[in-house]
Amino acid sequence: MTASTSVDLNAKIPNNVGLADDTKLRRALEQWLPNYLEWWNDMGPSDFADKPVYLRTATSVSTDGWAHYDHVRMPDYRWGIFLNPREASTSQIRCGDDAGKPAWTEVPGEFRNSLRRIIVTQADTEPASVEQQRLLGHMAPSLYDMRNLFQVNVEEGRHLWAMVYLLHKHFGRDGRDEADELLNRRSGDVDKPRILGAFNQPCDHWLSFFAFAMFTDRDGKFQLAALAESGFDPLARTTEFMLTEEAHHLFVGQTGMQRIIQRSAQLQKLDPNGDVRAQGGIDFDLIQRTINYWFTYSLDLFGGEVSNNAADFFGSGLKGRYREMKKYDDHKAIGGTYRLPHVEGGVLVDKDIPLRNALNALLRDEYVADCEKALRKWNKALEAEGCSVRLTLPSTRFHRHQGIYAGHLFNPAGELISEQEFEANKHRWLLVPEDNDYLISIMKPVYEPGKFANWIAPPARGIEGQPAEFEYVRL
Amino acid sequence: MGDGAAQTVQVEFEKDPSSYKHWRVEYDGGIAKVIMDVDPDGGLVPGYELKLNSYDLGVDIELADIVRRMRFEHPEVRTVLLSSGNDRAFCAGANITMLGQSSHAWKVNFCKFTNETRCELEDATHNSAQIYVAACNGTTAGGGYELALACKEIYLQDDGNSAVSLPEVPLLGVLPGTGGLTRLVDKRKIRRDLADVFSTTAEGVRGSKAVKWNLVDGVFPRSKFDAKLQARAAELAAEATAQINAQDGDTPRQGVALGRLQIELSGDGTTTSRQYTCVKLECDTNTRIATLKVRGPSEADLALVREGPAAIHAAGDSVWALRAYRELDDALLQLRVNHIGIGLVLVEVECDVARTIAYDQALLDAGDPAKHPGSQAWFTREIVFFMARTLRRMDLTSRSFFAIGAAGTGWGGNLLELALASDRFYLLDDPDSPVQVGASEINWGPLAMSHGHHRLAVRFIGEPDQLEALRGMNGEVLGAEQADEAGLVTMLLDDIDWDDDTRVAIEERVSLSPDALTGMEANLRFPGPENCDSKIFARLTAWQNWIFIRPNATGPEGALTLYGRPERPRFDWERV
Repeated sequence: MTASTSVDLNAKIPNNVGLADDTKLRRALEQWLPNYLEWWNDMGPSDFADKPVYLRTATSVSTDGWAHYDHVRMPDYRWGIFLNPREASTSQIRCGDDAGKPAWTEVPGEFRNSLRRIIVTQADTEPASVEQQRLLGHMAPSLYDMRNLFQVNVEEGRHLWAMVYLLHKHFGRDGRDEADELLNRRSGDVDKPRILGAFNQPCDHWLSFFAFAMFTDRDGKFQLAALAESGFDPLARTTEFMLTEEAHHLFVGQTGMQRIIQRSAQLQKLDPNGDVRAQGGIDFDLIQRTINYWFTYSLDLFGGEVSNNAADFFGSGLKGRYREMKKYDDHKAIGGTYRLPHVEGGVLVDKDIPLRNALNALLRDEYVADCEKALRKWNKALEAEGCSVRLTLPSTRFHRHQGIYAGHLFNPAGELISEQEFEANKHRWLLVPEDNDYLISIMKPVYEPGKFANWIAPPARGIEGQPAEFEYVRL
Repeated sequence: MGDGAAQTVQVEFEKDPSSYKHWRVEYDGGIAKVIMDVDPDGGLVPGYELKLNSYDLGVDIELADIVRRMRFEHPEVRTVLLSSGNDRAFCAGANITMLGQSSHAWKVNFCKFTNETRCELEDATHNSAQIYVAACNGTTAGGGYELALACKEIYLQDDGNSAVSLPEVPLLGVLPGTGGLTRLVDKRKIRRDLADVFSTTAEGVRGSKAVKWNLVDGVFPRSKFDAKLQARAAELAAEATAQINAQDGDTPRQGVALGRLQIELSGDGTTTSRQYTCVKLECDTNTRIATLKVRGPSEADLALVREGPAAIHAAGDSVWALRAYRELDDALLQLRVNHIGIGLVLVEVECDVARTIAYDQALLDAGDPAKHPGSQAWFTREIVFFMARTLRRMDLTSRSFFAIGAAGTGWGGNLLELALASDRFYLLDDPDSPVQVGASEINWGPLAMSHGHHRLAVRFIGEPDQLEALRGMNGEVLGAEQADEAGLVTMLLDDIDWDDDTRVAIEERVSLSPDALTGMEANLRFPGPENCDSKIFARLTAWQNWIFIRPNATGPEGALTLYGRPERPRFDWERV
């Protein structure tokens, strides 16, 4: 692609950040855009570039502008840049030592490095998930699901844009370098891995995809929500707008899992021996192992339970608590403690951590509560199908690679166990390679409009009022 | 807090490989791998967790032991690859919680010892052709990067994430004081403005930019990192082997085991005594005075070194020079860390001066490869290097040293250095109990101070004629009066004045401010031009120790105090 003129670029990129009048930003984006498209071609959904997909595009932040539906080829998707509109009076530093003072509209020098680090870490997750999911179109259980996958993918792409906008606009040359690096790292690459662990885990099939969208994207929701409380106004407003899109990703994940669970309950009834696998479905043990695996990897994304960075970020007003303004009166949180069991001498001992240092754990608790809500819905669906199986979330101590429980072994109930016991049981608790083999064997693509793979139930309703048999992707 | 924690622990500096908690060493011919894998629960003092390969004094004592044993016990090693066994960090530097809870004295002693260990790495690279290479296979922060800076070459994993950094200034409000700032600009010769940017960027620099700024010598992708490092290690080993073969011939070097020191401890409530075979350290907490006695070589010791390098090699760690200086080294470390109330050390050397001079000459001869082709002369040279390092440790020990040339003492050759390293030298002039003094060839270079000059040159920096005259008397045994005329003596006292004058001098000394004395001695001991090593101790350390006591670092709202706590630091903005 050749360099765009400013007019082209402004038309191509829906925005409310004054791109047309911002030479510096335009020049940065002009250089970055070709690399982005190259990345999308290399690492975005494979082989579906020329197929029109029924996608939602945000063309403005107004009520009628943020959800514009049409059939679009993905490389032609109009990735936009939006800041949530906000009353000037609500733009204040919302947490930490300077809570209540006016928010920063430019990056304060003293927090520049911290802010850049926060933004880069968040930004890195966006392209990572697109990379992880690039082959899933080939085994989509329906056109409806394929469309949802692609919607998630293009929006993760837009979220990358949103973060790159902040880097380009506010972080000068370093910011441009970091924006380039975002396109150079690759999920799971041994030499240039993505920054966070869960984003380097393979996502080989749709059960992983749904679990990822359910559990890992949900971490994203809480991280974005915490950043939406940032005293750095452009970051707060950017992430606020991203949250509206993130909600759809969580919907895809949660309902996808639920439709699998529902279908498994139906297949269990169908089979004379109650054997879901005999009917080509996904058995509940495997679903539970999937929950255990993705939930715990996603917990790692919150960082250490006891964290100096968390305290620093909060104290300096860069990252708030979940719903800081709505839930809390005291925004300094300088006193107060958080009780957390630690492993000491082979047993769990409660310790009180200064609240600010425990903010990762606090945010994680909000996340766990949110996950529990979904689990209740799934169990209700099981009940409705007359199935006695119940699914659960494992303890937050189980299977951890980050934080104070990493390096210790727990069972899913959160009890300390021996290495022997863990090794003897891990195939019951966590995904094993044979699980993948089985899942890939049953995941044959279903491309006929209105048809669904045998292992998943159809959705309760279509997208934007369209029927199930709508041609969500024109193949 | 803090003060108590530091002083309730008695630190032992003697280690052996079977007791390492934090390091693994793998030997493979000419290449050794030293792998840092710090046990988080293995701290020397309770109250902190050594996460992410962060270190405390205990970790560094093991490293010092590894570096030392490498030279004596594994002389076949030419390249030492320093890497990490931690899957995320190469090394995160000194443990901040440990620093935060430590007393000022503990921090200073910790920094001094770690600085000496880093200098030993460089000393091994320069003098023993054991080339240290840092294989930074993960985050390399603060003291971690300073450790890498002490290596001859630094390689960083290029994974889009691993960075080298010195975050002390922006995060902790203190300096990268383990040589970091000095080695940036003086050793690696990084442009000062880039060094300024680097030292204020907490997250550091990674990838090609780190190479461009000369912060590292190369970056390799993760999948190729080990192979590339192995290949580079082999290249460096081949170069170093060629270098030592040109000097020594290609006789394989055989290692010499360093056994445990023989130490007898005794004492009552206020005095403690540490008796080694040639050294004795007695400390009196009431008077705050210690006595450090060293006994010189015997006739048999002299006979052994005169037999040449093979005999010396066969005698191993029982050779007087190695044994006595290992004991001296241990005594100095004990004094520094476990006896911080002691202000004045009285040094007494008992030796036959003529014999000691002859011993030195025999030792230097035995280490000369030209005179002993195809021998294990390296071992003798290694002993001399060790003697030099021990004496440098003494120069850098913040206690007053008075050499007391009383009746029965003698000060010859290498042991004259103990008087030259002391702040004053009192000598008895009594015909009935003659005390002798004499220089040997070893005083003229092999035992140089950390700034590269030998102690005689330093002593007579303003008196070249005096130095020249002394050079003419090299190898001679001098009487007390002659020694005084030669400028070696601070105060020559006859037997009538001796007791009273030395008593008054000692009492006066112990009455002065210990801080002022520490500063004064550190300034007066090192006349002459500085080098990188001495700037680390003189400039960097001095500033660091000042910052350590400033409220902006260690006050209730200081950055070091509050690191890891919920509150953020508040600075007094006045520039001082």
